Amino acid sequence: MRWYAAAIYVFLYLPIALIVIFSFNAGKYAMDWQGFSVEWYFKAFANPFALKALRTSLVVGLWTAVLATSLGTLAALGLERMSGWPRRASDGLIYIAIMVPGVVIGIATLIAFVTAFNLANPFLEGLFGDAAPRLAMGLPTVIGAHVLFNLAVVILIVRSRLAGLDRSLIEASEDLYATPLGTFRQVVLPMLAPAILASFLLSFTFSFEDFIIAFFVSGPDSTLPIYIFSSIRRGITPEVNAIGSVVLAVSLTLLIMAQFLLRDRTGSRGARGDQA
Amino acid sequence: MALRRQKGVTALLVGPAAAFFLLLLVLPLVVVVIYSFGERGPAGGYTPAFTFDNYLNIASRGQAFLNTLMMAPLGTLLCALVAYPMAYYLAVKAPARWRVMLLVLIIVPFWASQLLRIYAWLLILGNRGIPSLLELVGLEDVRLVNTRFAVLLGMVYGYLPLMIFPIYVSLEKLDKRLLEASADLGAGAWRTFRQVTLPLSLPGVATGSLLVFILLMGEFIIPALLGGGKVFFIGNALVDLFLQSRNWPFGAAVAVSIVAIMLATIAVYMRFLLGRNQLRQEALI
Repeated sequence: MRWYAAAIYVFLYLPIALIVIFSFNAGKYAMDWQGFSVEWYFKAFANPFALKALRTSLVVGLWTAVLATSLGTLAALGLERMSGWPRRASDGLIYIAIMVPGVVIGIATLIAFVTAFNLANPFLEGLFGDAAPRLAMGLPTVIGAHVLFNLAVVILIVRSRLAGLDRSLIEASEDLYATPLGTFRQVVLPMLAPAILASFLLSFTFSFEDFIIAFFVSGPDSTLPIYIFSSIRRGITPEVNAIGSVVLAVSLTLLIMAQFLLRDRTGSRGARGDQA
Repeated sequence: MALRRQKGVTALLVGPAAAFFLLLLVLPLVVVVIYSFGERGPAGGYTPAFTFDNYLNIASRGQAFLNTLMMAPLGTLLCALVAYPMAYYLAVKAPARWRVMLLVLIIVPFWASQLLRIYAWLLILGNRGIPSLLELVGLEDVRLVNTRFAVLLGMVYGYLPLMIFPIYVSLEKLDKRLLEASADLGAGAWRTFRQVTLPLSLPGVATGSLLVFILLMGEFIIPALLGGGKVFFIGNALVDLFLQSRNWPFGAAVAVSIVAIMLATIAVYMRFLLGRNQLRQEALI
């Protein structure tokens, strides 16, 4: 049994490790080891297209993390106060947003943006004439689509932490004449902080790594995963491995940090939130 | 709490998130249904009409449906077979103080970039990977990439953690006294497993299978990278219809069809769970 488990871990991690190992390959071909070298990292960081895609992904990831975490935390607090069918309907929507494949989210958001732009553009033209701004796909649409799917993740994480809060602390605060806002700021918020921080890290990572949704709504602004995908299509080089290793390093670090924030003090409850 | 009664505050808290869900998910999905009865515009996109042609036309993408509907269940089954012993190890055999660490190690790669994880298999299975090693022992011209085998392997690799977790949760919750009772009544280890452990963990297997199957229905990256042009899924057809050939009404009909298949799967799953009422709670994510 133990050997089986060990084999599974090797199965899970060996492919990822290979990308990193072969990013240090001196040769021209990805899988043909010619000695150790870091030249592909220099090449990757001198590549203007890769750098532009990296910047796009960082901007999208940060905006997504800020918006999804703040709006998601507010929504989790609000949902706690709801009951009956509105609560059940919201729960259903959240699970749908999590379970639906990325392709469907991509199509839904693509249609929403194109429909909105088709309505808005003639109107703007009528208003400003030839100088009218033309709305089109780009950074804001990617951010919008990413916020949508990360909202559900944030709501689930913050809510599982909320459910585990010790009610007697809130009652004690009220008994001591704290205002509702005071109770929130001094009791609830500090206890939610690890979950909120973990949500921020996770939504940044999920946005930073997402390929399929951005593929639908990014327009001319390629994100890093889109750049990687089209590079793979052109041919596998150690440069792709170097860029991939950077992405893996960033996301694995953030993911592990988020894991420990979620585990901290919550014990097994964290394990259930993880499945989101 | 006094706050509980202030509906306005609740609306303010939930409002922005609700707007995102309504405008970017619910309304567009309604629009997709409307589009699926429309016609393709001259420059792509959509012109209003009411026709069933798009649905009748689905046969022209029959191969994508056939591939998906054959490979996704097979991939889900393989995933469950590989995941079960692992979940069993984690829930029953693993030392308690290592358990949290071991679980983190399972989930972290699942959350890491799927694109890169599947790309890694392109390296491994590609001509300079395993086939070049096989050449050393005399097996020439083995093609692994762009085959059904590669796609299945990618599916198991991609979704294994998502299958392990629900099974782990159901096994971990299992009342260990039942196993003792079974042993006391003279059942051997295998019989206890078959008659007690396995039936009680089936809701976890069902949840994992549902999650994996639904995500596989819309899979794009695995067939695109490991299936080459040969093994393509509905997800690849959708990307083509919406982004390349820009036939939105037909794409919408295909999208409605896969969502219908997903909903049907969920309905079957709910029925299965309702039949096991007392276990309903733990199997739900």
